[in-house]
Amino acid sequence: MAKKAQGKIIRVSGPVVEATGIEVRMSDIVRVGDEALMGEVIRVDTDSFIIQVYEDTTGVKPGEPVTNTELPLSVEVGPGLLGSIYDGIQRPLQVLEDEMGHFIKRGVDANGISHEKKWTFTPTVKKGDTVTSGQVIGTVKEFDIEHKVLAPQKCEGSVESISKGDFTVEDVLGKLSDGTELKLSQFQPVRVPRKFTTKLAPSIPLNTGQRVYDVFFPVAKGGVAALPGPFGAGKTVTQQSIAKWSDADIVVYVGCGERGNEMTEVLSEFPHLIDPKTGKPMMERTILIANTSNMPVAAREASVYVGMTLAEYYRDQGYNVAMMADSTSRWAEAMREISSRLEEMPGEEGYPAYLSTKLANFYERAGRVTTLNGDEGSVTVIGAVSPAGGDFSEPVTQNTLRVAKCFWALDAKLAEKRHYWSINWLKSYSLYHESLRDYFREEVDKNWASKIRALMDLLQEEDKLMEIVQLVGSDSLPENQQLTLEVSRLIREELLQQNAFHEVDKYCPINKSNDLIDLVLHFREEASKALQKGVPVSNIIDSKTKYQIADVRMEKEHSELLKEVTKAISKEMEDLIKQYA
Amino acid sequence: MVSIKKEYKTVNRVAGPLIFVEKTHPVGYGEVVELNVNNEKKFGQVLETSENQVVVQLFEGTQGIGKDVSVKFMGEPVTLKLDDSIKGRVLSGIGAPLDGGVELTGKKHDITGAAINPYSRVFPDNCIQTGISSIDMMTSLVRGQKLPIFSGSGLPHNDLALQIARQAKVVGDKSEFLVVFAAMGITNEEALKFQKSFEESGAIDNAILFMNKADDPSVERLITPRMALTAAEYFAFEKEMHVLVIMTDMTNYCESLREIGAAREEIPGRRGYPGYMYTDLAMLYERAGLVKGKKGSVTQLPILSMPGDDKTHPIPDLTGYITEGQVQLGRDLYRQNIYPCIDVLPSLSRLMKEGVGEGKTREDHAKVADQCYALYAEGRDLRGLVAIVGEEALSARDLRKLNFAKAFEERFLQQGLDEDRSFAQTLDLAWELMRMIPKEELTKVGKDLREKYY
Repeated sequence: MAKKAQGKIIRVSGPVVEATGIEVRMSDIVRVGDEALMGEVIRVDTDSFIIQVYEDTTGVKPGEPVTNTELPLSVEVGPGLLGSIYDGIQRPLQVLEDEMGHFIKRGVDANGISHEKKWTFTPTVKKGDTVTSGQVIGTVKEFDIEHKVLAPQKCEGSVESISKGDFTVEDVLGKLSDGTELKLSQFQPVRVPRKFTTKLAPSIPLNTGQRVYDVFFPVAKGGVAALPGPFGAGKTVTQQSIAKWSDADIVVYVGCGERGNEMTEVLSEFPHLIDPKTGKPMMERTILIANTSNMPVAAREASVYVGMTLAEYYRDQGYNVAMMADSTSRWAEAMREISSRLEEMPGEEGYPAYLSTKLANFYERAGRVTTLNGDEGSVTVIGAVSPAGGDFSEPVTQNTLRVAKCFWALDAKLAEKRHYWSINWLKSYSLYHESLRDYFREEVDKNWASKIRALMDLLQEEDKLMEIVQLVGSDSLPENQQLTLEVSRLIREELLQQNAFHEVDKYCPINKSNDLIDLVLHFREEASKALQKGVPVSNIIDSKTKYQIADVRMEKEHSELLKEVTKAISKEMEDLIKQYA
Repeated sequence: MVSIKKEYKTVNRVAGPLIFVEKTHPVGYGEVVELNVNNEKKFGQVLETSENQVVVQLFEGTQGIGKDVSVKFMGEPVTLKLDDSIKGRVLSGIGAPLDGGVELTGKKHDITGAAINPYSRVFPDNCIQTGISSIDMMTSLVRGQKLPIFSGSGLPHNDLALQIARQAKVVGDKSEFLVVFAAMGITNEEALKFQKSFEESGAIDNAILFMNKADDPSVERLITPRMALTAAEYFAFEKEMHVLVIMTDMTNYCESLREIGAAREEIPGRRGYPGYMYTDLAMLYERAGLVKGKKGSVTQLPILSMPGDDKTHPIPDLTGYITEGQVQLGRDLYRQNIYPCIDVLPSLSRLMKEGVGEGKTREDHAKVADQCYALYAEGRDLRGLVAIVGEEALSARDLRKLNFAKAFEERFLQQGLDEDRSFAQTLDLAWELMRMIPKEELTKVGKDLREKYY
C-alpha cells in the first residue's frame, strides 16, 4: 500500500482536534496522532479541518500526523453480529478486553466481526441469474437464525460464479458480470440509511408481553415510541423487559451514555434467559452496544447510528427488529458537547440548533418496509429520554415527541408508590390504535377497540372522582361511583401493574391480557347488576372472588382457572342478590 | 525520558484561573504545567493546545501572576504516587502532605483514570455493613455500587459520613477494608473535625484522607476526587482490597466546574453549569465497580447538598441519572431530632435486591424491608388524615400503623453517633417493631418467615 499523505495537528481541545495539510471530505474517518486514534471530520474550513476523536486525547500534541482513510464511519455487517457486545464504534468489547485488560485504553483496532470463523454458505442463486443490490444470494446459519447474505449496494449483473462451502467473511464466494466480488460481509456507512423499496403502513403491533403497552399504548412494528422519565422511574427496566419479551426477531440494545453496572446486568442475564417464542437463549437474537457514560463522548454520539445500521441490516433480510436506545438524551448531550467545543451558535438550553433535524432523521429510519429482495422487514425504535429534572418541556423530549407516535410517560410518583410499570395512563398516548385496529379485531377480539375505550373511560372518571374523594372521603359518593372506583382499582392493580420479577407475570401474551380484561369487565357487569338489584355497595366491594383475578394473572396455563373464577364471580354476586332480594 | 524542560516567559493573558501562553514547543493535551512565581512553585494543566497558544488552567489561584511568570511543561498528565505507605496519610486536595509527613513515594498513576470495559465488569452482589439501620436494611449499600447521599445545608451529612467511615465493614470476607475520604471545599473547622475523628477512633490506619479546604483554589477541587479514586482503584484492583470512597461535598465540586467553565467563556447549560457536567460527573461516579478476576471493589458514597433542598437542581438531578439509587436526608426528620435523618421513602438502592438475602445478609432481609416500607408509608400518609379528623376517627388498624410509623422513626431510624448495629441486630429490631402489627397483617413477609421470626 502506498504511503498515505500526512497532515498535521494544529490544535487539541478535548475530543475536538483541528488539523491541516491534507484533503478531506465531511465525515471521512481519519487517524489522529502518533497513536492513530480514530476520528471523524466534522467541519472543513478554508485551510484546516476539524475532527471529533472517538478516543481520549490526553497527551496528543500539535504537530503530530493525521492521515485520511477516505472512508465514512462504517460498520462491518455479516454473520457473527448476533450475541456480540460492542462499544460505540463497533469494536467488540471482548476483543478489547483480550487486548488491553479490564480498562479501556487507546489506539486499539478490532474487527466488528470475526475474520477467522468459517460459516457454511448455501447459495440461493446460480450461475447466469441476474442479481441486483440487496438481493439475497444465499444463506448461512447464525445460531438458529437464517442469516441471509445480501448482494452489496450498487451492483447489478449476472452471476459468473458462486460456490457452496465453508468461508470466512473475507473470502470471495463468487463474482458478478459487473466485476462485483460477492462476500459474506460488507462495509456499511452508518450515517446514511440503507436502501429499501417502499415503506409500509404500521399495521402490526409489536407485542411486548407487558400489558400496559400492549393493551393501552401499543406500538406498531416499524413504529417509534418515546419513553421519557426522571431517574428512578424505571426507564432501563422497561427497556430491558421489552428487549427480553417482545416478539421481535432481533433486538439491538444501545446503552448510550448509561451505567456500566447496568450493561453488566444485561450481559450476565441475557445468556440465561430463554426466548418464549423460540426456546433459545435471548442472547442469540441480541446485539448489545455499550458506550457507558464515562467512555469517549464522540463515540457515544456515533453509537446510536451504529445500532440503527445493524438493525437495518437485519431488517433487509426480512426480519422484525426492535431497537432500544437508552438514553437518547445522552446522545443529544454528546451533540451539545461537541457543538459547544466547535463554538457553534446554541439553540434552546445550549443544544445545537440542528437537534430537531438530527432527531427526526434518526427516528425516520424506523419503519416497516418492503426490502430490495421483496421481503417485509421492520425496525421499531424505542427511545428512552432522560429529561433534566423530570421536566417534559425540555428540548429533547419535545423534539422526540414531534416524531414519536407513541408516548410512554414514566412517572416518579407512581414508582415511589411501587406501582410498576410506572406509566402514567392519563399522560401517555399511542397514535397507533387506529392503524392497529384491524389487527386486534381479527387476531384478538372483535370488540377490542370498544373494550379499551371502556377501560380508559373508567380510569379517566376515577381521576375526576379522586379529587372529590380527597376532600370528602369515598363514603359520601353515590353508590355507582363507589363501584367505579373499585373497578378502576382493579384495572390499575391487575391490568396496568405487572411484576417484572414474577416467574409468570413477567410475560403476558396478548390473548391472556384480553382474558384478564374480560374478567375485570365481567366483574364490573355482575357487580353493576347486583347494585341495581339493591345489594349495598360495601358488600360488593368486600367481594372475595375479585382477589382471584390476581391468581389468574399469576397462572401460566390460565384458561381453566379463568373459567372457574368467571363462574365464581357470577355466583358470589347471585348469592348477594338472593340475600338482599 | 531525559530532556531539559524549556521555560517560557510568553504569557500573554491571564483570566480567572486560566493563563494563555504563546510560542511554545508542541505541548500535549492534559499535560501538567509548573509555574515559577517569585520562586514559588504553582501547578496547572493544559486545557487546550495549539501551535501558537496553549491554555493552562491553574490549580492554585492566579494571584500575583503577570506576563513575567515563567512556565514549564512537564510532558505528562497529573499523577499521584502510590504505594502501601499512603495508607493512614492526611493529604491536601492535590496530594501534598498535611500531616507533617514525608512526600508521597511509589509509582506514578495518571489520575484521569480509564473507563472500565463493561464486558470486564462483574455485577455487584454483596453488601457493605455500614452499621446504620436505615441504610443497611432499607437501601443496602452493595460493594461496587455508587450510592449518593442527597442532603441539604445544615443537615448532619458530615456526621453520618464520619460514622459510616468508622463503622463500615465487609461481613464474612477476609479481604482488607479501606476508606478513602475525599473532602472538597470544606471549612478548616470541618477539616480538623474529620482528621480528629479518624485519628481518635483509630480508623485512620485503614484510611486515606484528601482534604481540599474552602479557601484552597477552587480548581484544586477538580483534582481531589480524581486523586481519591485513583488511590481507591490502586488498592482495589492491584491490592485486592474492598475500598469505600466517601466524597463530600459534590456540590462544591460542581460549583468549581461551573467557575472554570465560565472563566473559559464556554456556553453554559442549565443554571450556568457546563453542558458536559453529566459526562464529567460520570467520569467520577463510573469509577465504582468490580472487575473480573479481582477480589477488590470500589464502592462510592458521594455526598451532595441539594441547593434549596431541590431534587431537580442540576447537581442532584445529573447525579441521580448516573448513580445506582440515592439515600435522601429529610429536613422534617431532622427537626424531630431524629439522627440520622434518613427519609427512607424517597431513598432507593437499585442494586439491593441482588446484594441481600440468605448467605449474604439474612433470608428475611428483602421481605422485611418491603414490609417496613409499606407500613411506614401508610403510617406517614395517615398523619395527613389525623391532622384533619383527629386520631379518634381512625380505625384500630390504622392507629396501629400510625404508631408503627412513630416507633419506626424513634427507634429504628434513630441511633446514636457511636451505635454500630449489625445486619442481624437491625433486622431483629425491625421484627420487634413489626410485632406492633398483628401477625396476619404482615402480608409481605410470607408465612414461613412470619412463623420463624414473629
